[in-house]
Amino acid sequence: MPTKPQLVWMYEMMEKARYYEDTMAAAYMEGKTPKFDIGAGPLPGEMHLAAGQEPCAAGVCVHLKKEDTVTATHRPHHVAIAKGVDLKKMTAEIYGKESGLAGGRGGHMHLLDPEVNFSCSGIIAQGTAPAVGAGLAAKLNGSDAVAVSYLGEGAANQGGFHEAMNLAALWTLPVIFVIEDNAWGISVPKSKSTAVPDNSVRAAGYGIPGFHVADNNTLELFKVAGEAIARARRGEGPTLIEVETYRYYGHFQGDPELYRPKDEVAKLKAKDPIRRLREALIADGTVTQAEADEALAKVKTEVDEAFAFAKAATYPAPEEALERVFA
Amino acid sequence: MSSNRIMTVSRAISEAIAQEMRTDPKVFVMGEDIGKYGGIFGTTTGLLAEFGEERVRDTPISETGFIGAGVGAAMSGMRPIVELMFVDFFGVCMDSIYNLAAKNIYFSGGNYKVPMVIMTATGGGYSDAGQHSQTLHATFAHLPGLKVVAPSNAYDAKGMMISAIRDDSPVVFMFHKGLQGLAWMASPEAAATELPEEAYTIPFGKANIVRAGKDVTIVTLSMMVHRSLEAAAALEKEGIDAEVIDLRTLVPLDRKTVIRSVAKTGRLVVVDEDYKSFGLTAEILASVVEDDPAHLKAAPQRLAVPDVPIPYSRPMERFVLPNAETIAAAVRATLGKVREAA
Repeated sequence: MPTKPQLVWMYEMMEKARYYEDTMAAAYMEGKTPKFDIGAGPLPGEMHLAAGQEPCAAGVCVHLKKEDTVTATHRPHHVAIAKGVDLKKMTAEIYGKESGLAGGRGGHMHLLDPEVNFSCSGIIAQGTAPAVGAGLAAKLNGSDAVAVSYLGEGAANQGGFHEAMNLAALWTLPVIFVIEDNAWGISVPKSKSTAVPDNSVRAAGYGIPGFHVADNNTLELFKVAGEAIARARRGEGPTLIEVETYRYYGHFQGDPELYRPKDEVAKLKAKDPIRRLREALIADGTVTQAEADEALAKVKTEVDEAFAFAKAATYPAPEEALERVFA
Repeated sequence: MSSNRIMTVSRAISEAIAQEMRTDPKVFVMGEDIGKYGGIFGTTTGLLAEFGEERVRDTPISETGFIGAGVGAAMSGMRPIVELMFVDFFGVCMDSIYNLAAKNIYFSGGNYKVPMVIMTATGGGYSDAGQHSQTLHATFAHLPGLKVVAPSNAYDAKGMMISAIRDDSPVVFMFHKGLQGLAWMASPEAAATELPEEAYTIPFGKANIVRAGKDVTIVTLSMMVHRSLEAAAALEKEGIDAEVIDLRTLVPLDRKTVIRSVAKTGRLVVVDEDYKSFGLTAEILASVVEDDPAHLKAAPQRLAVPDVPIPYSRPMERFVLPNAETIAAAVRATLGKVREAA
């Protein structure tokens, strides 16, 4: 069972990630109305938001230390926040500003932060093999650090993921593969892309434990991930976890979502995982309503400050584009 | 320090890796058949016996997996050397190379280093056909974020491998199969050289003038250095004095040395074992002309594979690969087309 600090941490982290994405969704539309132009406004480019997927970040990252490595997907904000990436630098990076993590060279899909061993990528399943490498580095260095690789259920059909699982299993590496199954690979439902309804069964093909966490259950994921990470730290090798999660927004902002049943998001929101956790924590007396509200207010301030920082920051000099190609 | 040890390129590479592994515990090797076999082209000879299976790690046939893992390990502070058995196999794992290894320094604004070496075998000439004979120099050199190097002899191979291992950026180390000095494949005698015992580095971006001359500049690298030197020796008998430049590295590219030489000779022949169009030969020509078109007293010549897959059959493969005769002919052509200086 999670301790009270762990429960509060997960609740705060999920509220922070949710408020971050909702704030981003609104900010993203600046300069994009009445006609939507993906290249217009202060937040150009694709924007993939993770509202609804917060349990995947909080339920796993609550068990991680700074030394542990995380590779995330093209929908990375919730995981970056839970892994402790600096919120101001991350937001400035998404705004393409000089004070961003990479001085504006990477942007929303390329948030890389060696301070907390976090990276993400715009190519699906691309983070799986680097996580194997981070796990291998930990093993060769005799450290008990682990690596967590996030991927979507669509990415689970990429060859690279299967190569990575085999390597991690073959070499008994401390790697945890976390599939965020939000049911949609852009417009393609899982049933049309994947030969098995539950990707966790694929773990059997590599002789490693596989777990399915149903219905975006934060506390169930906390338990499964905690055990997987403990096994990895003990040198007992990798685990595959698939989490049934929710995608409240489209694949990207501006996605007309013509492929999606009109009432799906409302149905998912009716069982929102953050509200479920909040109500459970208040009901069992872990926190009072006032404490929960206070926590929410605190994270909102933090996010607002990050956005204010990013908006006020300066753009890089154009010729900065020529720097940092090599180390 | 010279010890009069004549060593092959494959031994030079193995020795470079071994010396770095002895002094830096972060260095390790991964690849297919690099353990007991010692690398299909001899690049890891003796390493397993000295360093064991943890640091000399045979992999499954999973290039995307182990090259991607190399990137992850490099970003975690290790210095992995991964072997892609034939450069031709890049097709199954290019994402790990050009979208991952090549970009993460930039994507992190320089906050991450990616100190890894991707060593890979190039080149044909022994009828291994179109999926096992390419050099693909330009394919890699075209992509920002990768250093690309291709030694022509054992001395350079050792120094350049040590430089590659110590580099904080990803380096594609392209060794030519026909230079390795393998018992089962012919190799030019000059590829094996005297090899100092101690570790030493050769800086990237510094071309080597392997033969000084005044009449024409031949710019090349890897195997074609030897073919060009053969051509130069033949041309000498005709009273033609050719300068031969071994570029050694494609990225960074030593344009200065090339330009200085062409400014002197006024005539340029570029020789590459890669495909002709959009490749090294055009890049060298462009570099010279961009600097000053007046450097050239005659139309330059370029020799490369004429934009066909490398054929299997011996007469056809010989026809498409540059050789000493075709290089000498190109030199004569550029000398025969002398334009009067304005």
